[in-house]
Amino acid sequence: MKLLNYLLKGLNWVLLLTVILIFIFPFFWMITTAFKSFSETMMFPPKWIPDQWLWQNFVDAWQSGPFLHYYINSITVTVSILVLQFLTVIPASYAFARYRFKGDRFLFALIMITLMIPAQLIFLPVYLQMSSWGLIDSLASLIIPFASSAFGIFLIRQAFKQVPNELIEAARLDQASEWKIMWKIMVPYAKPTIITFALFSFITHWNDYFWPLVMTNSELSRTLPVGIARLRDIDSGASWNLVMAGNMLLVVPILVIFFLAQRHIIKAFVYTGVK
Amino acid sequence: MKSWPIIRPYVMIAPALIVFLLFFIYPIYYMVYLSLHSWDFISPTKDFVGLSNFQQLLNSSEFAKVLSNTLVYTFGTVVFSITLALFLALWLNRSTRIHRLAQTAVFSPYIISLASIALLWLWMMDPDFGLLNWLLSLVGIPKQPWLTDQNTALFSLILVAVWKGVGFNTLVFIAGLQSIPKDLYEAADLDQSPKWRTFYKITLPMLTPTLFFLVVTNVIVSFQVFDTVHIMTLGGPVNSTNTLVFNIYMHGFRFFNIGYASAVGVILLILLAIMTWLYFRLLSKRVHYQ
Repeated sequence: MKLLNYLLKGLNWVLLLTVILIFIFPFFWMITTAFKSFSETMMFPPKWIPDQWLWQNFVDAWQSGPFLHYYINSITVTVSILVLQFLTVIPASYAFARYRFKGDRFLFALIMITLMIPAQLIFLPVYLQMSSWGLIDSLASLIIPFASSAFGIFLIRQAFKQVPNELIEAARLDQASEWKIMWKIMVPYAKPTIITFALFSFITHWNDYFWPLVMTNSELSRTLPVGIARLRDIDSGASWNLVMAGNMLLVVPILVIFFLAQRHIIKAFVYTGVK
Repeated sequence: MKSWPIIRPYVMIAPALIVFLLFFIYPIYYMVYLSLHSWDFISPTKDFVGLSNFQQLLNSSEFAKVLSNTLVYTFGTVVFSITLALFLALWLNRSTRIHRLAQTAVFSPYIISLASIALLWLWMMDPDFGLLNWLLSLVGIPKQPWLTDQNTALFSLILVAVWKGVGFNTLVFIAGLQSIPKDLYEAADLDQSPKWRTFYKITLPMLTPTLFFLVVTNVIVSFQVFDTVHIMTLGGPVNSTNTLVFNIYMHGFRFFNIGYASAVGVILLILLAIMTWLYFRLLSKRVHYQ
Protein backbone atom coordinates (compact mmCIF):
# COMPACT_ATOMS: atom_id res chain seq x y z
CA MET A 1 0.00 0.00 0.00
CA LYS A 2 2.83 2.33 0.90
CA LEU A 3 4.71 1.40 -2.27
CA LEU A 4 1.62 2.09 -4.35
CA ASN A 5 1.35 5.48 -2.68
CA TYR A 6 4.92 6.35 -3.59
CA LEU A 7 4.35 5.17 -7.14
CA LEU A 8 1.25 7.32 -7.50
CA LYS A 9 3.09 10.29 -6.08
CA GLY A 10 5.94 9.75 -8.51
CA LEU A 11 3.54 9.42 -11.42
CA ASN A 12 1.81 12.61 -10.35
CA TRP A 13 5.15 14.42 -10.40
CA VAL A 14 6.07 13.10 -13.81
CA LEU A 15 2.69 14.19 -15.20
CA LEU A 16 2.99 17.60 -13.57
CA LEU A 17 6.41 18.13 -15.11
CA THR A 18 5.05 17.05 -18.49
CA VAL A 19 2.26 19.61 -18.29
CA ILE A 20 4.71 22.33 -17.29
CA LEU A 21 6.97 21.36 -20.21
CA ILE A 22 4.12 21.47 -22.71
CA PHE A 23 3.51 25.09 -21.83
CA ILE A 24 7.06 26.28 -21.18
CA PHE A 25 9.06 24.39 -23.78
CA PRO A 26 7.73 26.34 -26.79
CA PHE A 27 9.12 29.50 -25.17
CA PHE A 28 12.48 27.80 -24.68
CA TRP A 29 12.33 26.75 -28.33
CA MET A 30 11.64 30.36 -29.31
CA ILE A 31 14.66 31.59 -27.34
CA THR A 32 17.16 29.04 -28.65
CA THR A 33 15.92 29.52 -32.21
CA ALA A 34 16.46 33.24 -31.84
CA PHE A 35 20.17 32.61 -31.19
CA LYS A 36 20.78 30.00 -33.88
CA SER A 37 22.52 30.47 -37.17
CA PHE A 38 20.37 30.09 -40.28
CA SER A 39 21.77 26.65 -41.09
CA GLU A 40 21.14 25.46 -37.53
CA THR A 41 17.41 26.14 -37.98
CA MET A 42 17.46 23.79 -40.97
CA MET A 43 18.34 20.63 -39.12
CA PHE A 44 16.29 17.56 -38.44
CA PRO A 45 16.41 16.31 -35.74
CA PRO A 46 16.63 19.86 -34.39
CA LYS A 47 19.68 21.29 -32.69
CA TRP A 48 18.72 22.24 -29.15
CA ILE A 49 21.58 24.54 -28.19
CA PRO A 50 23.26 26.65 -30.86
CA ASP A 51 27.03 26.27 -31.27
CA GLN A 52 27.39 29.98 -30.98
CA TRP A 53 24.85 32.28 -29.38
CA LEU A 54 24.31 34.78 -32.16
CA TRP A 55 23.31 38.10 -30.63
CA GLN A 56 23.75 39.41 -34.14
CA ASN A 57 20.29 37.97 -34.96
CA PHE A 58 18.67 40.65 -32.83
CA VAL A 59 20.60 43.36 -34.63
CA ASP A 60 19.64 41.88 -38.00
CA ALA A 61 15.99 41.56 -37.02
CA TRP A 62 15.97 45.10 -35.65
CA GLN A 63 17.51 46.48 -38.83
CA SER A 64 15.23 44.59 -41.20
CA GLY A 65 12.44 47.08 -40.56
CA PRO A 66 11.80 50.36 -38.75
CA PHE A 67 11.70 48.63 -35.38
CA LEU A 68 12.47 51.76 -33.43
CA HIS A 69 9.29 53.23 -34.93
CA TYR A 70 7.31 50.12 -34.08
CA TYR A 71 8.50 50.27 -30.48
CA ILE A 72 7.80 53.98 -30.11
CA ASN A 73 4.38 53.54 -31.73
CA SER A 74 3.50 50.61 -29.47
CA ILE A 75 4.47 52.57 -26.37
CA THR A 76 2.73 55.76 -27.54
CA VAL A 77 -0.48 53.89 -28.32
CA THR A 78 -0.67 51.85 -25.12
CA VAL A 79 0.26 54.76 -22.86
CA SER A 80 -2.16 57.17 -24.57
CA ILE A 81 -4.95 54.62 -24.28
CA LEU A 82 -4.21 54.16 -20.58
CA VAL A 83 -4.20 57.90 -19.87
CA LEU A 84 -7.39 58.55 -21.83
CA GLN A 85 -9.15 55.61 -20.23
CA PHE A 86 -8.13 56.88 -16.82
CA LEU A 87 -9.63 60.30 -17.62
CA THR A 88 -12.91 59.01 -19.06
CA VAL A 89 -13.52 55.89 -16.98
CA ILE A 90 -13.06 57.37 -13.51
CA PRO A 91 -15.60 60.22 -13.75
CA ALA A 92 -18.11 57.93 -15.45
CA SER A 93 -17.64 55.24 -12.79
CA TYR A 94 -18.05 57.86 -10.08
CA ALA A 95 -21.29 59.12 -11.61
CA PHE A 96 -22.73 55.62 -11.97
CA ALA A 97 -21.64 54.57 -8.50
CA ARG A 98 -22.68 57.63 -6.52
CA TYR A 99 -25.44 59.59 -8.27
CA ARG A 100 -29.02 58.77 -9.13
CA PHE A 101 -30.13 60.58 -12.26
CA LYS A 102 -32.70 60.28 -14.97
CA GLY A 103 -31.76 57.54 -17.42
CA ASP A 104 -28.86 56.23 -15.34
CA ARG A 105 -29.88 52.60 -15.74
CA PHE A 106 -30.45 52.95 -19.46
CA LEU A 107 -27.10 54.67 -20.00
CA PHE A 108 -25.29 52.05 -17.93
CA ALA A 109 -26.95 49.23 -19.87
CA LEU A 110 -26.06 50.94 -23.14
CA ILE A 111 -22.40 51.08 -22.12
CA MET A 112 -22.40 47.47 -20.91
CA ILE A 113 -23.81 46.32 -24.26
CA THR A 114 -20.65 47.56 -25.94
CA LEU A 115 -18.76 44.92 -23.92
CA MET A 116 -20.38 42.44 -26.27
CA ILE A 117 -19.28 44.27 -29.44
CA PRO A 118 -15.78 43.09 -30.35
CA ALA A 119 -13.41 45.06 -32.58
CA GLN A 120 -13.50 42.11 -34.98
CA LEU A 121 -17.17 42.83 -35.69
CA ILE A 122 -17.10 46.56 -36.34
CA PHE A 123 -13.68 47.19 -37.88
CA LEU A 124 -15.03 47.72 -41.38
CA PRO A 125 -17.54 50.50 -40.56
CA VAL A 126 -15.05 52.09 -38.15
CA TYR A 127 -12.39 51.99 -40.87
CA LEU A 128 -14.75 53.75 -43.29
CA GLN A 129 -15.59 56.37 -40.64
CA MET A 130 -11.91 56.93 -39.94
CA SER A 131 -11.14 57.25 -43.63
CA SER A 132 -13.85 59.88 -44.06
CA TRP A 133 -12.20 61.81 -41.23
CA GLY A 134 -8.80 61.37 -42.83
CA LEU A 135 -7.49 59.44 -39.84
CA ILE A 136 -6.51 56.20 -41.55
CA ASP A 137 -2.91 55.20 -41.04
CA SER A 138 -2.52 57.50 -38.05
CA LEU A 139 -1.80 56.67 -34.43
CA ALA A 140 -5.05 58.45 -33.60
CA SER A 141 -7.01 55.69 -35.33
CA LEU A 142 -5.34 53.21 -32.97
CA ILE A 143 -6.01 55.26 -29.85
CA ILE A 144 -9.38 57.07 -29.97
CA PRO A 145 -11.67 54.05 -30.37
CA PHE A 146 -10.24 52.75 -27.08
CA ALA A 147 -10.24 56.09 -25.25
CA SER A 148 -12.78 54.62 -22.85
CA SER A 149 -13.52 51.12 -21.60
CA ALA A 150 -16.83 49.56 -20.66
CA PHE A 151 -15.01 46.86 -18.75
CA GLY A 152 -13.16 49.54 -16.80
CA ILE A 153 -16.37 51.36 -15.94
CA PHE A 154 -17.89 48.08 -14.81
CA LEU A 155 -14.95 47.23 -12.54
CA ILE A 156 -14.23 50.65 -11.08
CA ARG A 157 -17.88 51.51 -10.48
CA GLN A 158 -18.02 48.32 -8.43
CA ALA A 159 -15.00 49.45 -6.40
CA PHE A 160 -16.38 53.00 -5.94
CA LYS A 161 -19.61 51.57 -4.56
CA GLN A 162 -17.63 50.00 -1.76
CA VAL A 163 -16.23 53.27 -0.45
CA PRO A 164 -17.89 53.82 2.98
CA ASN A 165 -20.50 56.57 2.95
CA GLU A 166 -19.11 58.12 6.14
CA LEU A 167 -15.86 58.88 4.37
CA ILE A 168 -17.66 60.89 1.71
CA GLU A 169 -20.05 62.58 4.15
CA ALA A 170 -17.12 63.68 6.28
CA ALA A 171 -15.37 65.13 3.24
CA ARG A 172 -18.54 66.96 2.20
CA LEU A 173 -18.82 68.44 5.71
CA ASP A 174 -15.29 69.72 5.21
CA GLN A 175 -16.57 71.50 2.10
CA ALA A 176 -14.53 69.32 -0.23
CA SER A 177 -15.65 69.62 -3.83
CA GLU A 178 -16.98 66.57 -5.65
CA TRP A 179 -13.96 66.79 -7.92
CA LYS A 180 -11.66 66.60 -4.94
CA ILE A 181 -13.63 63.74 -3.39
CA MET A 182 -13.31 61.79 -6.60
CA TRP A 183 -9.54 62.16 -6.96
CA LYS A 184 -8.47 62.34 -3.30
CA ILE A 185 -10.81 59.80 -1.68
CA MET A 186 -12.37 57.51 -4.25
CA VAL A 187 -9.35 56.94 -6.48
CA PRO A 188 -6.92 56.08 -3.64
CA TYR A 189 -9.55 53.81 -2.11
CA ALA A 190 -10.05 51.94 -5.38
CA LYS A 191 -6.34 51.84 -6.19
CA PRO A 192 -5.99 48.01 -6.30
CA THR A 193 -8.88 47.74 -8.76
CA ILE A 194 -7.50 50.58 -10.86
CA ILE A 195 -4.06 48.92 -11.03
CA THR A 196 -5.68 45.63 -11.94
CA PHE A 197 -7.59 47.28 -14.73
CA ALA A 198 -4.52 49.19 -15.94
CA LEU A 199 -2.52 45.95 -16.21
CA PHE A 200 -5.35 44.31 -18.11
CA SER A 201 -5.66 47.23 -20.49
CA PHE A 202 -1.92 47.61 -21.03
CA ILE A 203 -1.36 43.95 -21.86
CA THR A 204 -4.41 43.77 -24.11
CA HIS A 205 -3.39 46.75 -26.23
CA TRP A 206 0.33 45.97 -26.26
CA ASN A 207 -0.51 42.52 -27.66
CA ASP A 208 -3.12 43.68 -30.13
CA TYR A 209 -2.42 42.59 -33.69
CA PHE A 210 -5.81 42.96 -35.29
CA TRP A 211 -6.64 46.64 -34.89
CA PRO A 212 -3.29 48.11 -36.01
CA LEU A 213 -3.22 45.64 -38.92
CA VAL A 214 -6.58 46.87 -40.13
CA MET A 215 -6.15 50.60 -39.50
CA THR A 216 -2.60 51.18 -40.71
CA ASN A 217 -0.95 50.61 -44.05
CA SER A 218 2.44 52.26 -43.84
CA GLU A 219 5.51 51.27 -41.87
CA LEU A 220 5.59 54.48 -39.90
CA SER A 221 2.30 53.98 -38.07
CA ARG A 222 2.51 50.23 -37.44
CA THR A 223 2.97 48.78 -33.99
CA LEU A 224 5.24 46.00 -32.81
CA PRO A 225 2.96 42.95 -33.29
CA VAL A 226 2.24 43.88 -36.91
CA GLY A 227 5.87 44.72 -37.57
CA ILE A 228 7.06 41.40 -36.21
CA ALA A 229 4.54 39.37 -38.15
CA ARG A 230 5.90 41.07 -41.27
CA LEU A 231 9.41 39.73 -40.56
CA ARG A 232 8.15 36.44 -41.89
CA ASP A 233 6.88 37.97 -45.15
CA ILE A 234 10.06 39.91 -45.80
CA ASP A 235 12.20 36.85 -45.42
CA SER A 236 9.70 34.65 -47.25
CA GLY A 237 9.29 32.33 -44.29
CA ALA A 238 12.79 30.97 -44.28
CA SER A 239 14.77 32.81 -41.57
CA TRP A 240 13.12 31.47 -38.47
CA ASN A 241 16.02 32.59 -36.31
CA LEU A 242 15.33 36.23 -37.20
CA VAL A 243 11.56 35.87 -36.84
CA MET A 244 12.01 34.40 -33.36
CA ALA A 245 14.52 37.11 -32.42
CA GLY A 246 11.94 39.71 -33.43
CA ASN A 247 9.29 37.76 -31.57
CA MET A 248 11.32 38.00 -28.38
CA LEU A 249 11.30 41.80 -28.63
CA LEU A 250 7.52 41.63 -28.27
CA VAL A 251 7.24 38.82 -25.73
CA VAL A 252 10.02 39.62 -23.28
CA PRO A 253 8.53 42.88 -21.87
CA ILE A 254 5.25 41.09 -21.17
CA LEU A 255 6.98 38.08 -19.58
CA VAL A 256 9.01 40.42 -17.35
CA ILE A 257 5.85 42.20 -16.22
CA PHE A 258 4.20 38.82 -15.70
CA PHE A 259 6.97 37.62 -13.41
CA LEU A 260 7.02 40.88 -11.45
CA ALA A 261 3.28 41.17 -10.96
CA GLN A 262 2.08 37.62 -11.42
CA ARG A 263 -0.68 37.71 -8.84
CA HIS A 264 -2.02 41.05 -9.99
CA ILE A 265 -2.08 39.91 -13.59
CA ILE A 266 -3.79 36.61 -12.90
CA LYS A 267 -6.32 38.54 -10.86
CA ALA A 268 -6.74 41.07 -13.66
CA PHE A 269 -7.50 38.45 -16.28
CA VAL A 270 -9.19 35.70 -14.34
CA TYR A 271 -10.98 36.76 -11.20
CA THR A 272 -12.31 40.06 -12.47
CA GLY A 273 -13.73 38.22 -15.43
CA VAL A 274 -15.67 35.86 -13.20
CA LYS A 275 -17.19 38.25 -10.71
CA MET B 1 -25.50 77.24 -10.65
CA LYS B 2 -28.53 75.48 -9.20
CA SER B 3 -28.90 73.19 -12.17
CA TRP B 4 -25.28 72.05 -11.95
CA PRO B 5 -25.92 69.07 -9.64
CA ILE B 6 -28.52 67.86 -12.15
CA ILE B 7 -26.26 68.18 -15.18
CA ARG B 8 -23.12 67.03 -13.39
CA PRO B 9 -23.52 63.24 -13.78
CA TYR B 10 -24.20 63.61 -17.49
CA VAL B 11 -21.10 65.73 -17.91
CA MET B 12 -19.06 63.10 -16.10
CA ILE B 13 -20.35 60.32 -18.31
CA ALA B 14 -20.27 62.28 -21.56
CA PRO B 15 -16.63 61.67 -22.61
CA ALA B 16 -16.94 57.92 -22.18
CA LEU B 17 -20.38 57.84 -23.76
CA ILE B 18 -19.24 59.74 -26.85
CA VAL B 19 -16.50 57.16 -27.43
CA PHE B 20 -18.94 54.27 -27.15
CA LEU B 21 -21.55 55.89 -29.37
CA LEU B 22 -19.04 56.83 -32.07
CA PHE B 23 -16.98 53.65 -32.16
CA PHE B 24 -19.27 50.87 -30.99
CA ILE B 25 -22.97 51.74 -31.29
CA TYR B 26 -23.00 53.83 -34.47
CA PRO B 27 -20.78 51.38 -36.44
CA ILE B 28 -23.33 48.64 -35.81
CA TYR B 29 -26.03 50.78 -37.43
CA TYR B 30 -23.65 51.77 -40.24
CA MET B 31 -22.74 48.13 -40.89
CA VAL B 32 -26.40 47.11 -41.23
CA TYR B 33 -26.92 50.11 -43.53
CA LEU B 34 -23.94 49.12 -45.70
CA SER B 35 -25.11 45.51 -45.90
CA LEU B 36 -28.18 46.75 -47.79
CA HIS B 37 -26.07 48.67 -50.30
CA SER B 38 -23.58 47.99 -53.01
CA TRP B 39 -20.35 49.96 -52.74
CA ASP B 40 -16.78 49.55 -53.92
CA PHE B 41 -15.27 52.09 -51.49
CA ILE B 42 -14.23 54.45 -54.31
CA SER B 43 -17.42 55.35 -56.15
CA PRO B 44 -19.20 58.41 -54.71
CA THR B 45 -22.60 56.73 -54.44
CA LYS B 46 -23.80 53.75 -52.49
CA ASP B 47 -26.60 51.99 -54.36
CA PHE B 48 -29.44 50.54 -52.34
CA VAL B 49 -29.79 46.87 -53.26
CA GLY B 50 -32.10 45.57 -50.56
CA LEU B 51 -31.28 42.07 -49.41
CA SER B 52 -29.37 41.07 -52.51
CA ASN B 53 -26.05 40.92 -50.63
CA PHE B 54 -27.61 38.39 -48.30
CA GLN B 55 -29.07 36.48 -51.24
CA GLN B 56 -25.66 36.34 -52.85
CA LEU B 57 -24.12 35.21 -49.58
CA LEU B 58 -26.63 32.46 -48.93
CA ASN B 59 -26.15 31.11 -52.45
CA SER B 60 -22.39 31.17 -52.22
CA SER B 61 -20.55 27.93 -51.62
CA GLU B 62 -17.63 29.96 -50.26
CA PHE B 63 -19.82 31.42 -47.52
CA ALA B 64 -21.17 27.98 -46.63
CA LYS B 65 -17.56 26.83 -46.22
CA VAL B 66 -16.66 29.92 -44.18
CA LEU B 67 -19.60 29.45 -41.85
CA SER B 68 -18.95 25.76 -41.40
CA ASN B 69 -15.23 26.40 -40.78
CA THR B 70 -16.09 28.93 -38.09
CA LEU B 71 -18.58 26.60 -36.43
CA VAL B 72 -16.24 23.58 -36.56
CA TYR B 73 -13.38 25.68 -35.22
CA THR B 74 -15.58 27.04 -32.43
CA PHE B 75 -16.97 23.66 -31.50
CA GLY B 76 -13.56 22.00 -31.53
CA THR B 77 -11.83 24.74 -29.57
CA VAL B 78 -14.52 25.08 -26.93
CA VAL B 79 -15.03 21.36 -26.34
CA PHE B 80 -11.29 20.54 -26.19
CA SER B 81 -10.33 23.57 -24.17
CA ILE B 82 -13.07 23.32 -21.57
CA THR B 83 -12.86 19.57 -21.05
CA LEU B 84 -9.10 19.76 -20.69
CA ALA B 85 -9.38 22.76 -18.38
CA LEU B 86 -11.84 20.95 -16.11
CA PHE B 87 -9.44 18.02 -15.71
CA LEU B 88 -6.49 20.33 -15.14
CA ALA B 89 -8.42 22.36 -12.59
CA LEU B 90 -9.46 19.33 -10.55
CA TRP B 91 -5.89 18.09 -10.63
CA LEU B 92 -3.99 21.33 -10.08
CA ASN B 93 -6.27 22.80 -7.42
CA ARG B 94 -3.71 22.37 -4.63
CA SER B 95 -1.47 24.90 -3.01
CA THR B 96 1.84 23.03 -3.08
CA ARG B 97 4.64 24.73 -4.95
CA ILE B 98 4.71 22.45 -7.95
CA HIS B 99 0.95 22.66 -8.43
CA ARG B 100 1.13 26.44 -8.32
CA LEU B 101 4.01 26.42 -10.75
CA ALA B 102 1.96 24.25 -13.09
CA GLN B 103 -0.96 26.69 -12.79
CA THR B 104 1.29 29.60 -13.74
CA ALA B 105 2.87 27.67 -16.62
CA VAL B 106 -0.48 26.66 -18.06
CA PHE B 107 -1.72 30.25 -17.83
CA SER B 108 1.38 31.97 -19.26
CA PRO B 109 0.49 31.71 -23.00
CA TYR B 110 -2.74 33.56 -22.28
CA ILE B 111 -1.02 36.89 -21.70
CA ILE B 112 1.30 36.62 -24.72
CA SER B 113 0.28 38.31 -27.95
CA LEU B 114 -1.60 35.94 -30.25
CA ALA B 115 0.61 37.27 -33.05
CA SER B 116 3.70 35.95 -31.24
CA ILE B 117 2.07 32.64 -30.54
CA ALA B 118 0.94 32.28 -34.13
CA LEU B 119 4.53 32.87 -35.33
CA LEU B 120 5.94 30.49 -32.75
CA TRP B 121 3.52 27.70 -33.69
CA LEU B 122 3.97 28.36 -37.37
CA TRP B 123 7.62 27.53 -36.76
CA MET B 124 6.86 24.54 -34.54
CA MET B 125 4.48 23.21 -37.20
CA ASP B 126 7.04 23.60 -39.98
CA PRO B 127 6.65 20.36 -41.96
CA ASP B 128 10.40 19.90 -42.51
CA PHE B 129 12.21 21.24 -39.45
CA GLY B 130 9.45 21.83 -36.91
CA LEU B 131 9.42 20.72 -33.32
CA LEU B 132 6.08 18.91 -33.59
CA ASN B 133 7.18 16.62 -36.38
CA TRP B 134 10.32 15.83 -34.41
CA LEU B 135 8.16 14.84 -31.43
CA LEU B 136 6.04 12.65 -33.69
CA SER B 137 9.17 11.05 -35.13
CA LEU B 138 10.16 9.99 -31.60
CA VAL B 139 7.12 7.75 -31.42
CA GLY B 140 7.46 6.63 -35.03
CA ILE B 141 4.69 8.73 -36.57
CA PRO B 142 5.57 10.10 -40.03
CA LYS B 143 5.85 13.86 -40.64
CA GLN B 144 2.53 15.65 -40.77
CA PRO B 145 1.72 18.58 -43.07
CA TRP B 146 -0.10 20.52 -40.28
CA LEU B 147 -1.08 23.88 -41.75
CA THR B 148 -0.22 23.05 -45.33
CA ASP B 149 -2.89 20.43 -45.92
CA GLN B 150 -6.58 21.21 -46.11
CA ASN B 151 -7.47 18.19 -43.98
CA THR B 152 -5.30 19.17 -41.02
CA ALA B 153 -5.07 22.98 -41.22
CA LEU B 154 -8.23 23.83 -39.28
CA PHE B 155 -7.38 21.24 -36.64
CA SER B 156 -3.93 22.81 -36.30
CA LEU B 157 -5.51 26.21 -35.63
CA ILE B 158 -7.73 24.60 -32.98
CA LEU B 159 -4.64 23.14 -31.34
CA VAL B 160 -3.02 26.59 -31.10
CA ALA B 161 -6.19 28.13 -29.68
CA VAL B 162 -6.48 25.40 -27.05
CA TRP B 163 -2.84 25.80 -26.04
CA LYS B 164 -3.28 29.55 -25.64
CA GLY B 165 -6.66 29.54 -23.92
CA VAL B 166 -6.79 26.46 -21.72
CA GLY B 167 -4.90 28.15 -18.89
CA PHE B 168 -7.48 30.89 -18.54
CA ASN B 169 -10.28 28.34 -18.41
CA THR B 170 -8.35 26.26 -15.88
CA LEU B 171 -7.84 29.18 -13.50
CA VAL B 172 -11.49 30.21 -13.80
CA PHE B 173 -12.51 26.63 -12.93
CA ILE B 174 -10.10 26.67 -9.99
CA ALA B 175 -11.67 29.91 -8.76
CA GLY B 176 -15.04 28.22 -9.12
CA LEU B 177 -13.86 25.14 -7.19
CA GLN B 178 -12.52 27.29 -4.38
CA SER B 179 -15.83 29.09 -3.99
CA ILE B 180 -17.68 25.83 -3.23
CA PRO B 181 -18.43 25.84 0.51
CA LYS B 182 -16.14 23.42 2.36
CA ASP B 183 -18.91 22.12 4.63
CA LEU B 184 -20.59 20.46 1.63
CA TYR B 185 -17.52 18.25 1.26
CA GLU B 186 -17.33 17.62 4.99
CA ALA B 187 -20.93 16.45 4.94
CA ALA B 188 -20.17 14.15 2.03
CA ASP B 189 -17.18 12.77 3.92
CA LEU B 190 -19.34 12.08 6.95
CA ASP B 191 -21.74 10.16 4.74
CA GLN B 192 -18.73 8.24 3.39
CA SER B 193 -19.79 9.18 -0.10
CA PRO B 194 -17.38 7.75 -2.70
CA LYS B 195 -15.24 10.27 -4.57
CA TRP B 196 -16.94 9.98 -7.95
CA ARG B 197 -20.30 10.45 -6.26
CA THR B 198 -19.15 13.58 -4.47
CA PHE B 199 -17.96 14.85 -7.84
CA TYR B 200 -21.29 14.20 -9.57
CA LYS B 201 -23.50 15.31 -6.71
CA ILE B 202 -21.58 18.31 -5.38
CA THR B 203 -18.66 19.50 -7.49
CA LEU B 204 -20.27 19.36 -10.92
CA PRO B 205 -23.61 20.99 -10.01
CA MET B 206 -21.82 23.73 -8.05
CA LEU B 207 -19.53 24.29 -11.00
CA THR B 208 -22.35 24.56 -13.56
CA PRO B 209 -22.58 28.38 -13.51
CA THR B 210 -18.80 28.61 -14.10
CA LEU B 211 -19.08 26.05 -16.88
CA PHE B 212 -21.85 28.01 -18.64
CA PHE B 213 -19.93 31.24 -18.24
CA LEU B 214 -16.87 29.66 -19.84
CA VAL B 215 -18.78 28.01 -22.68
CA VAL B 216 -20.44 31.29 -23.66
CA THR B 217 -17.32 33.45 -23.43
CA ASN B 218 -15.20 30.85 -25.24
CA VAL B 219 -17.75 30.55 -28.04
CA ILE B 220 -17.86 34.34 -28.44
CA VAL B 221 -14.06 34.57 -28.63
CA SER B 222 -13.81 31.65 -31.06
CA PHE B 223 -16.36 33.20 -33.43
CA GLN B 224 -13.93 36.11 -33.84
CA VAL B 225 -10.84 34.08 -34.74
CA PHE B 226 -8.62 36.09 -37.07
CA ASP B 227 -5.00 36.58 -35.96
CA THR B 228 -3.93 32.95 -36.30
CA VAL B 229 -5.70 32.65 -39.65
CA HIS B 230 -4.05 35.79 -40.99
CA ILE B 231 -0.56 34.88 -39.83
CA MET B 232 -0.56 31.10 -40.23
CA THR B 233 -2.75 30.17 -43.19
CA LEU B 234 -4.32 33.21 -44.91
CA GLY B 235 -7.52 31.17 -45.04
CA GLY B 236 -5.97 28.36 -47.03
CA PRO B 237 -5.24 25.82 -48.24
CA VAL B 238 -8.27 26.04 -50.54
CA ASN B 239 -10.42 27.99 -48.08
CA SER B 240 -10.10 25.26 -45.46
CA THR B 241 -9.38 27.83 -42.72
CA ASN B 242 -11.33 30.78 -44.09
CA THR B 243 -13.44 32.06 -41.19
CA LEU B 244 -16.08 34.77 -40.76
CA VAL B 245 -13.85 37.65 -39.65
CA PHE B 246 -11.15 36.74 -42.15
CA ASN B 247 -13.82 36.64 -44.84
CA ILE B 248 -15.07 40.12 -43.89
CA TYR B 249 -11.48 41.34 -44.02
CA MET B 250 -10.83 39.87 -47.47
CA HIS B 251 -14.06 41.11 -49.04
CA GLY B 252 -13.71 44.53 -47.43
CA PHE B 253 -10.01 45.24 -47.83
CA ARG B 254 -8.94 43.06 -50.74
CA PHE B 255 -11.96 42.87 -53.03
CA PHE B 256 -13.54 46.21 -51.96
CA ASN B 257 -16.92 44.57 -51.84
CA ILE B 258 -18.11 46.61 -48.86
CA GLY B 259 -21.78 45.63 -49.07
CA TYR B 260 -21.08 41.92 -49.16
CA ALA B 261 -18.47 42.16 -46.37
CA SER B 262 -20.98 44.04 -44.23
CA ALA B 263 -23.59 41.36 -44.88
CA VAL B 264 -21.15 38.74 -43.53
CA GLY B 265 -20.66 41.11 -40.58
CA VAL B 266 -24.40 41.15 -39.95
CA ILE B 267 -24.41 37.34 -39.84
CA LEU B 268 -21.61 37.45 -37.26
CA LEU B 269 -23.59 40.08 -35.35
CA ILE B 270 -26.59 37.76 -35.23
CA LEU B 271 -24.46 34.85 -33.98
CA LEU B 272 -22.92 37.05 -31.28
CA ALA B 273 -26.33 38.44 -30.31
CA ILE B 274 -27.69 34.92 -29.81
CA MET B 275 -24.74 34.06 -27.55
CA THR B 276 -25.12 37.32 -25.61
CA TRP B 277 -28.82 36.71 -25.13
CA LEU B 278 -28.04 33.18 -23.88
CA TYR B 279 -25.43 34.62 -21.56
CA PHE B 280 -27.83 37.07 -19.95
CA ARG B 281 -30.50 34.41 -19.58
CA LEU B 282 -28.01 32.17 -17.81
CA LEU B 283 -26.82 35.09 -15.72
CA SER B 284 -30.34 35.72 -14.45
CA LYS B 285 -30.72 32.00 -13.72
CA ARG B 286 -27.45 32.05 -11.85
CA VAL B 287 -28.95 34.58 -9.45
CA HIS B 288 -31.83 32.19 -8.82
CA TYR B 289 -29.45 29.43 -7.78
CA GLN B 290 -28.04 31.47 -4.94
